[in-house]
Amino acid sequence: MLRKRGFMYELVKNRLMFLMLLPALIFFLINSYIPMVGIYYAFTRFDFNTSLFNSEFVGFENFKFLWRSGILKRLTLNTLGYNLAFIVLSNVFAIVLAVLVSELKLKWFKKLTQSVLFLPYFISFVILSVIVYNLFNYENGFLNTTLEALHMEPVDVYNTPWVWVPLIVIFYLWKNLGYSMIIYLAAITGISEEYYEAAKIDGANIFQRVWHITVPMLKTTFIVLLLFSLGSIMKGQFDLFYQLVGNNGVLYNATDILDTYVYRSLKVTFDMGMATAAGLYQSAFGFALVMTVNYIIRKINDDYALF
Amino acid sequence: MSVTSTDRLFRTLAYTILIIGSLLCLFPFLLVISASLTQNESIIKHGFHLIPKAFSLEGYRMVFRFPDQVLRAYWVTTVTTVIGTLLGLFIITMTGYVLQRKDFKYRNVFSFYIYFTTLFGGGLVPWYILLTKYLKLTDTYTVLIFPGLMTPFLIILMKNFIRSAVPDELFESSKIDGANDFTIYYRVVLPLSLPGIATVGLFLALAYWNDWFLSSLFINDQRMYQLQFYLYNVINTMSFVTQMGAGTGVSLGTDIPTESTKMAMALVVTGPIILLYPFVQRYFVKGLTIGAVKG
Repeated sequence: MLRKRGFMYELVKNRLMFLMLLPALIFFLINSYIPMVGIYYAFTRFDFNTSLFNSEFVGFENFKFLWRSGILKRLTLNTLGYNLAFIVLSNVFAIVLAVLVSELKLKWFKKLTQSVLFLPYFISFVILSVIVYNLFNYENGFLNTTLEALHMEPVDVYNTPWVWVPLIVIFYLWKNLGYSMIIYLAAITGISEEYYEAAKIDGANIFQRVWHITVPMLKTTFIVLLLFSLGSIMKGQFDLFYQLVGNNGVLYNATDILDTYVYRSLKVTFDMGMATAAGLYQSAFGFALVMTVNYIIRKINDDYALF
Repeated sequence: MSVTSTDRLFRTLAYTILIIGSLLCLFPFLLVISASLTQNESIIKHGFHLIPKAFSLEGYRMVFRFPDQVLRAYWVTTVTTVIGTLLGLFIITMTGYVLQRKDFKYRNVFSFYIYFTTLFGGGLVPWYILLTKYLKLTDTYTVLIFPGLMTPFLIILMKNFIRSAVPDELFESSKIDGANDFTIYYRVVLPLSLPGIATVGLFLALAYWNDWFLSSLFINDQRMYQLQFYLYNVINTMSFVTQMGAGTGVSLGTDIPTESTKMAMALVVTGPIILLYPFVQRYFVKGLTIGAVKG
């Protein structure tokens, strides 16, 4: 007889539900869990012809190389720095835009701006690279053509590393602001009209109403989104960086992130051991970071904890 | 200042900022559209402008001069998008449904099994080696479809959706009526979750349509390039042709209208999205509004 409440009992009783869950379980097994075995590559000198556990074991050599050459430090700082800028700026601007849109009276204008601001989210990153080329290419880009018309010196954007720091942030915002704005807009729609009516009766003007009602009411959404994005702070926006910068070595110092380095090691320089090591570092560092942040949040306010 | 005049000031400010913001969003598109309609020589001599200096359709003519490749890429992208979206939706809805059933004892264990993959992973290389060396998926449709089938985020979104759309009592009463767990899913849950299915489906379709990464990793056969990766290659080959021309003094670029072709190609690739956008974007808005905030 089957023991009640045991796993086997559940398996038989809810066999249909287990069956329905199976495809997803297999998907994550193949896509995420089995590849974790390959972490071992990070500790070997990679050879494509031998199987995983026959590769020569070299311990922490790959990590040591990455650390000594200063690559790891640069990649970590770039990845963290860009992501922090993305998270902070996109949330702040999204809140501002959402507040502005929510206070509009013209319904058609409201709908229209929402649609227009959301449009870039739908465009592929390859198209974005075409746009950036169109704007900044040295010979005939829009920027230089305009500068020329104003009798000013042309700018060689593709050979000026520092320009890419703000540029990448701007294009990230261009692509993602519409999306974040909609989430905040949804939160604003949920705020009860009564607060605003009461404030109006008390003679509060619109700035005061926004500052003392809307902004505090968005705090929860803001914190939830912030913590959610902190979870992926070590994961770079690979598509964005790779399509804008590509294999343009001149710009690496300012624009190389962990994801682009791993991809290049895999597809261009074929340095698999090094690539795995950098990937593992990214994963482990990110994991440790999330755990720490989550632990601290738990101490401060349990409601906001991720898990 | 009186209340009404500050209100007016605020609205003026809001309209100004939003109009400028909207223009900034649209401007790059207009620039590409204009460039695709400009004569190539004019671009090389005078650069890109907002309004074509010399109107011409040569870019589009060039794109469709050898239509086989473009159409082939369109076909591959359409097939992967349709199959991937339908299959992904089927699995995501089933998973979301089971994970929100309160009487399913191990739902938290399995939820964590899925969520954990966002926290830690093996990285790109082990995954790449598994798919190429051990599963031998290079140059197959499977490799273009399989990795994009689902994400933990979409499963959570779907789970929340079903939870808010289908009251628990409905499961109880359907069970009493003799329905099994799959019939409940098929007859009760799916019809009630249509807005959520639309949103998740659009997310999936958009990701498949815009994907170039999987092609770049796993596809060597040109006939299997997806549309975005095909565009990516065209751009790079064209830049190569132009550079060759400049380096050797031989003008290769004049025969092929490289600049306008690139821009025309970009628009041909984006076309369906822009055309569908007005009809589908409200589903995104609706879905995000219900699913994401409750997180």
